[in-house]
Amino acid sequence: MRIRVNPIACEAHGLCAGLFPEWIDLDEWGYPIIKDGAIPPELEAHARRAADGCPTLALLLDRQ
Amino acid sequence: MSTVTESALLPRLLRGVAYRGMAQLDTHLAEHGPLPAPSELGAAALLSAVERAGLRGRGGAAFPAAVKMRAVRSARGRPVVVANGCESEPMSAKDALLLHELPHLVLDGAALAARAVGASQVIVTYEGQNRDTRISLEHAIKQRQAAGADSVGFELFAAAEKFLTGQETSLISQINGGPPLPNFIPPRPTERGVRRRPTLVQNVETLAHLALIARRGADWYRRLGSAEEPGSTLVTVAGAVRSPGVYEIEIGTPLEALFEAAGGHSDEIAGLLVGGYFGSWLPAKLVGSVELSNAWLRAHRAALGCGVLVALPQSACPVAEVVRVAIYLATETANQCGPCVHGSAALARTLHAIALGKPPAGAGADLRRWTSLLPGRGACHLPDGLSRFVATALATFTSQFEEHARRGPCRLCATEGLLVIP
Repeated sequence: MRIRVNPIACEAHGLCAGLFPEWIDLDEWGYPIIKDGAIPPELEAHARRAADGCPTLALLLDRQ
Repeated sequence: MSTVTESALLPRLLRGVAYRGMAQLDTHLAEHGPLPAPSELGAAALLSAVERAGLRGRGGAAFPAAVKMRAVRSARGRPVVVANGCESEPMSAKDALLLHELPHLVLDGAALAARAVGASQVIVTYEGQNRDTRISLEHAIKQRQAAGADSVGFELFAAAEKFLTGQETSLISQINGGPPLPNFIPPRPTERGVRRRPTLVQNVETLAHLALIARRGADWYRRLGSAEEPGSTLVTVAGAVRSPGVYEIEIGTPLEALFEAAGGHSDEIAGLLVGGYFGSWLPAKLVGSVELSNAWLRAHRAALGCGVLVALPQSACPVAEVVRVAIYLATETANQCGPCVHGSAALARTLHAIALGKPPAGAGADLRRWTSLLPGRGACHLPDGLSRFVATALATFTSQFEEHARRGPCRLCATEGLLVIP
C-alpha cells in the first residue's frame, strides 16, 4: 500500500501527521510531506486511519 | 529558420519553411507526398510504426507517443484527439512556427493520430492571443475540406493566455468549459478527458513527426539520432548568437554546431539555459561540450524539455534574469496547491530580496530547502520546474548571487531583460 495526497484538495489541517507520524511530516506551511515507497503491512492500519481522518478526504490509498 | 545539417537527412519538418508564410496544401503535398490511405496504413500498422520509430512527445516531458496512443485506443468510449499548440513557454517559438507556417504537417499528424486511436474528432488548440495562427489554421482546414483530404473533423480552440494553459489537464478543463487550471490525476486524460471521453493530447511537433513517420516509416525516422533517442527535433535558440530562432537538429548534435548554424556567438556567454523556464542552467564552461540529447543532459541535471536554448550573454545580469522569471512563475501558480502557493511565493520573495542586497537571515539555507522540498507536491509540475530553474541558477551563478546579497543591484540589473516575461 502507498499513500498519496491530492494537493488541490488538501487544506493543511494537519491531522494526517498526527495520526500517522511514522510516514507523514508537515512542511513549514502545514502541508504534508509523505515518505516515498510502500507502507509496511504493520503500519497499514495507521495509513487507513489517516486517510479516513482527513477533513477534506485528500489522502488516497493506492493498493498495489 | 534553418537547419543544422550533418547530411542530406535534414531538414525534415522544416522543409519548405523558406516560403515565408503558410505552406499551401499543394506545396505541402509536393514537398512531402500524399498521406498513406487507411487501406495502406491502418491503425495497427500506424501504432506499430510509431512504436518502432521510438517517437517521444515534444511538449517537454518526452513521453513515448505510442504508449499514450495505445492507452487511449484501449480505453472505454469514443476517443478525442487534442493537438496541443499552446506551448506557453515564453522563450519557445517552435510550436507557433509549425501552426502558422506548416499547419498541414500538424493537421496530417493529428488526422493520423485520430486514425491510430479510432477518433473521429480532432481539436486543434492554439494560444488565443495568436490571431495569425487561427487564420492560418482556418485556411488550411478549408483547403483540406475542399480537397476531401480527411475523414476526421477539425475544430479550433483558442486557449487562455496563461503559463499553465498548455498543461494537459488545464487544456482539457478549458475545452470542457472550465478554467485554465490543472486537475489532479486520476482520472488520466487517456481515460477521461474532453467531454469525459478518452483523450489523446499530443504536442503539435510530435504530430508533425508522426506525419513524416507515416509516409516514410520507422527506419527512415531512426536514420538520425541514437538508438535511445532517435530522430530530429526543433529547438528555439535565443541570446548570444547572431541569428536566434527555430532550428531543426539531429538529436545529439553538439551545441556548438547549433550555435554555428545560428550565426556563431555574438557575445561571451555567462551561462546556458536548457529547456526553458522549467529547465536547467548550465555553466558557461560546459558550452563547448554540451550534446543536445537527454542522455548527455541527464548527467548534468538537465533535459531538452521543450527545446529552448538560451545563451545568456555576459552583458546580462543572471541574478536579475532569474529573479524576474521566478517572480513570473510564482504569479502564474494556479493557486490550487498549498506547497506551490506558499513555496513559489517564498522562493520569489527571497530571491528578490537577495537581488536588492537585503537577504533575510538564512536565505541561502531556505532556498536550498524549498527547492528540494517543493518538487512533486503540486497537481502540475510548476513547483518542480520552478525549483529546478532556481536550484540550477544558484549553482551556476553562485558568485553573482553572493555579490548581489552583499552589495545590491549591479550596473547590469537595470538593463532590459533577455528572458521574456509575458
